Amino acid sequence: MPLLIRKYCDIRKQRVVVDGKKVFGQEDDAAARLFLKSVYRHFRIDYPKFFKMDGLSKLGFLTAEILLGDPAPAQIHAPENGGIILTNASSSVDIDKKHFDTIKSREQYFPSPSNFVYTLPNIMAGEIAIRHGMKGENSVLISRQFDPELIVGITRLAFETESLTFCICGWVEMNDEHYESLLFLVGQDDGLSDGDKSREDIIFDPLNLMKRYKAVNEWKN
Amino acid sequence: MEELIQKLKEEIIEVLNLEEMEPGDIDSDAPLFGEGLGLDSIDALELIVLLEKNYGIKIEDPKDGRKIFFSVRTMAEYITEHQK
Amino acid sequence: MGRIVVTGMGIITAIGKDAGENYDALLNGRHGIGPVSLLDTRHRNEIPAGEIKLTNEELAALCGIGKPELYTRTALLGIIAAREAFETGIARYGINDHARTALVSSSTVGGMDKTEQHFYDFLSNNEYAHYVHTHYCSDSSIKICDYLGLRHMNVTISTACSSSVNAILFGAKLIRHGLADRVIAGGTDALSKFTLNGFNTLMILDREHCRPLDARRQGLNLGEGAAYIVLESEKTALKHHKEILCEISGYANANDAYHQTASSPDGYGPYLSMKEALDMSGLKPSQIDYINAHGTGTDNNDLTEGLAIDRIFAPRVPLVSSTKPFTGHTLAAAGVVETVFSILSIRNGIIFPNLNFSEKIAELSFEPVTELRRADINHVITNSFGFGGNDSSLVLSKY
Repeated sequence: MPLLIRKYCDIRKQRVVVDGKKVFGQEDDAAARLFLKSVYRHFRIDYPKFFKMDGLSKLGFLTAEILLGDPAPAQIHAPENGGIILTNASSSVDIDKKHFDTIKSREQYFPSPSNFVYTLPNIMAGEIAIRHGMKGENSVLISRQFDPELIVGITRLAFETESLTFCICGWVEMNDEHYESLLFLVGQDDGLSDGDKSREDIIFDPLNLMKRYKAVNEWKN
Repeated sequence: MEELIQKLKEEIIEVLNLEEMEPGDIDSDAPLFGEGLGLDSIDALELIVLLEKNYGIKIEDPKDGRKIFFSVRTMAEYITEHQK
Repeated sequence: MGRIVVTGMGIITAIGKDAGENYDALLNGRHGIGPVSLLDTRHRNEIPAGEIKLTNEELAALCGIGKPELYTRTALLGIIAAREAFETGIARYGINDHARTALVSSSTVGGMDKTEQHFYDFLSNNEYAHYVHTHYCSDSSIKICDYLGLRHMNVTISTACSSSVNAILFGAKLIRHGLADRVIAGGTDALSKFTLNGFNTLMILDREHCRPLDARRQGLNLGEGAAYIVLESEKTALKHHKEILCEISGYANANDAYHQTASSPDGYGPYLSMKEALDMSGLKPSQIDYINAHGTGTDNNDLTEGLAIDRIFAPRVPLVSSTKPFTGHTLAAAGVVETVFSILSIRNGIIFPNLNFSEKIAELSFEPVTELRRADINHVITNSFGFGGNDSSLVLSKY
């Protein structure tokens, strides 16, 4: 059975786009950390643990939150059976550098446990899993750039586990002030109407992923 | 002691990223863990680092943290007792 | 769908630089945990680890690499282990066509071992500039493919301590779905100050030799190493008249969805990954002869993994041991290192002891095997549970 893109959310360059529509944006050139805080506030998310996360986890968390948010897609009735497949190039290098800073000096040597916790790219997947109670298959892979064939290939294999009913997959990358995330909510074709989306356009395949990636990158405010 | 308690509250908010809180929101005698602030094991470790970094006090066994970090006041008392 | 089998393996850890040496050390109770001597760390005399006592130059010499300075330690370890897997599972059968041989590797440290040494040199000194490119976790995978001449799919997984089991899991799926004929799957991680200091600040390192599954455990010992296994379909293996080392009869991955670094108190994630792997294999719990536990020696892991094991298997818990007192916790490579040990167990009918054990954990119904034990081993479960709640299990069966 083919898989379909139920919804997608993109966060980059000071804007949030959902299913091709901009739902939030800022004009000023705010630092990444401040922009992400604005997104958190704008969507009235109530999850204080957000502030403990590193930049990468915040980015992934917010994108997933908006994806699974209000209105919640009809297919998400059993979050426990949801999977998470994420990819990026820089792993957790953003927080890695902060951890490194705390151990480089012999005198001022105060490594921070809460920093170190985030020095793995899959903690971001863990944060999403904790928030939404998703216990299905989850993985993080490293690729030099956004690779729709890899994402589609791995996600399709994840659905081999029959209990998996939906999956959040895509690309979440953060390195200093460069941040971009594009996540897709993918599910089986269960015959439910998807409103006015043409079915061909929402089939989960590399072409449709690349189309959306190009669109958000070429977006003119 | 009250000055130290106030200072500690500011430091706790900073190192634990308690973004939405002001020192006035933290009750000096209320439990830090479990209910209330909902701090977890990683937060406890951060407080251990805080004690060493800002007050020169080293805690070897994380299990001792339970008593020391019970509330802001117990933290302040411990610091007053042990600070070099 | 056909059966997935293992036809080759390679490994390098603190107890040996190939499968033979590792096996010999396991048989003779010779562990590799001790003071750190090669890594230049402030903790060298306080924190024991499973360090491989070979410099990067010596590692490079083992695999004929003329310019060791161009490689990270992670890549060198990976090449050594991948080469042994390739030779034992592919090259010795005279197979030359690698158009559909994939590499699925994994790492958490990546090139951090070099980056942390030269980070401040990058801006001032071009001599170390190439280490900027070797920093990526995917660099060691690329270096392995270059070394072995592989041009097909090359994937790098990075999910903390469960990485290499996930690599095996993913490799098996590639074969089942006809996306590759052969997969070299595994992982590699070198010791680094970054990791040592990080784990130290989480206060989960034992200042002495670790004691997994023991009531008085104090934490884990870090280790370094790499291992790879060659996966293919039974059909392809038989076609080339290959010796089959074992079968991958079940696998599963789940998320505990509880905390960034700790397992849920009842070990639900570990329970899910073991149960689903078992379900996939079609085996009953009573058919499992041995569990190679994740067994890191931390307060949290050993209790929650133990509870999950009891939940599935009690009152008839199989023989259990953790081999981490031999090698230390090799992070991304842990899963595949322990898979290789489990395969050695099955092939030789031997269970390797859980060293350093003296007192049972009160909440659990079982205690681990403490002496070398001969047994008829048909089915083994091996667990790897990573930070981020990423929990994976494999079921390995005698062929």
